[in-house]
Amino acid sequence: MPESLEALWPALEEPDTMVYAGGTDVLVRLRSGSGQPQQLICLERLRELQGIEDHGDRVLIKAGTSHARILDDPIIQTRLPVLARAVKSLGSPPIRNMGTIGGNICSASPAGDTLPPLYVLQAEVALRSRTADRRLPIGDFIKGPGQTAIRPDEILTGIWIPKNPEFNRQHYEKVGQRKALAISIVSLAALIELTPAGMIEDIRLAWGSVGPTVVTAPEVEAVLRGRPLRLEVLKEAAEATRRAVSPIDDIRATADYRREVAGNLLYRLSLRVETSPEILPR
Amino acid sequence: MKIRLSFRLNGNPIELETDAERRVVDLLREDFGFTGTKEACGSGECGACTILVEGESRLACLMRVGQLEGRSVLTIEGLSDGKHLHPVQQAFVEAGAVQCGFCTPGLILGTIDLLRRNPRPDREEIREGLSGNLCRCTGFQKIVDAVEKVVSSPAEGSDPCPVG
Repeated sequence: MPESLEALWPALEEPDTMVYAGGTDVLVRLRSGSGQPQQLICLERLRELQGIEDHGDRVLIKAGTSHARILDDPIIQTRLPVLARAVKSLGSPPIRNMGTIGGNICSASPAGDTLPPLYVLQAEVALRSRTADRRLPIGDFIKGPGQTAIRPDEILTGIWIPKNPEFNRQHYEKVGQRKALAISIVSLAALIELTPAGMIEDIRLAWGSVGPTVVTAPEVEAVLRGRPLRLEVLKEAAEATRRAVSPIDDIRATADYRREVAGNLLYRLSLRVETSPEILPR
Repeated sequence: MKIRLSFRLNGNPIELETDAERRVVDLLREDFGFTGTKEACGSGECGACTILVEGESRLACLMRVGQLEGRSVLTIEGLSDGKHLHPVQQAFVEAGAVQCGFCTPGLILGTIDLLRRNPRPDREEIREGLSGNLCRCTGFQKIVDAVEKVVSSPAEGSDPCPVG
């Protein structure tokens, strides 16, 4: 269990090595029989991976920051409520005490709760190896279920999130089998710039659990842009959504149900956003 | 691989050598006989193995022993002074929030973490705070009643949220 990056690099060079942070995902997978690496390195003591920093127009959440710390953070609560709401729906209190945002990203589950917000916020992941740093947009980092662009000599050190997205409404909703500890059946993150007259000036949408990775759909956003946030407009967009997503059947839900819900979550925008007095500060 | 560990367990300093691959739930039950830390689902979904590490609720089935190094751990066995029940334990007894008792240690430690974060939760917040703990026989109503009892009449003298 290294306590600094300096101590981590030599350990990372050993063959058949795997890293984990909170353990809430990796230790469950290892126990269910998906092999045992020779060396399992726990990143939770790395000082360099802890904390949330305000860098003016962007927020840096370091990868080892627990979900509970993210929820408690005033910048996240006030400026990035779409992320705060997603984290609030993740796991349960002890899982949020243990699990980290870096772990949620690197697990690259199509149902990863933090991912749809990070897609609409156009977050960038920061990767570091012993010799180099690089950054990638979240959408380029996540390649498929459990697949990322991380190299064996790299770790994820943090996630950069624009703090002042040009949108005055943020929305997140998750449908699961129960309120706590439910892996999402479908989730939706939305950023909307709504005019005082209720026109959708701009919008970004991302769905979780309805494809191999988070699904974004420019064609659905195009249906909504420049039009009033009203049910008949959202119905049209919901139809476009059902064509855009490619869900699967699994133990939690059928593909047809997921397709239906992915569209239905858009209807809620009219309930939750139009009536909401909340307008985010610039 | 063997590792040397030193940490505090229920207030007592511990030093030992053990296999790095072991889980905390197994260490507590097998080496210390602290069987109040239950294992049920083994995958973080039921909360029966909840312990407090530095006062925060964590799941002993999803921790490797090395993660305890230098830390303070509290299990249900360390909660009372041996003579008087902790106020949360007392409230569970009085509200009838215990039936078979299997989930109870996890629920009580989960309650202590909840009260540390939010000393005056309402019923909805209590439900949310204990949403990581499953009970299959008492029913959650009495458990919520018990926590409400602690909130409405806090006991004097004992530490409401001990760290361990």
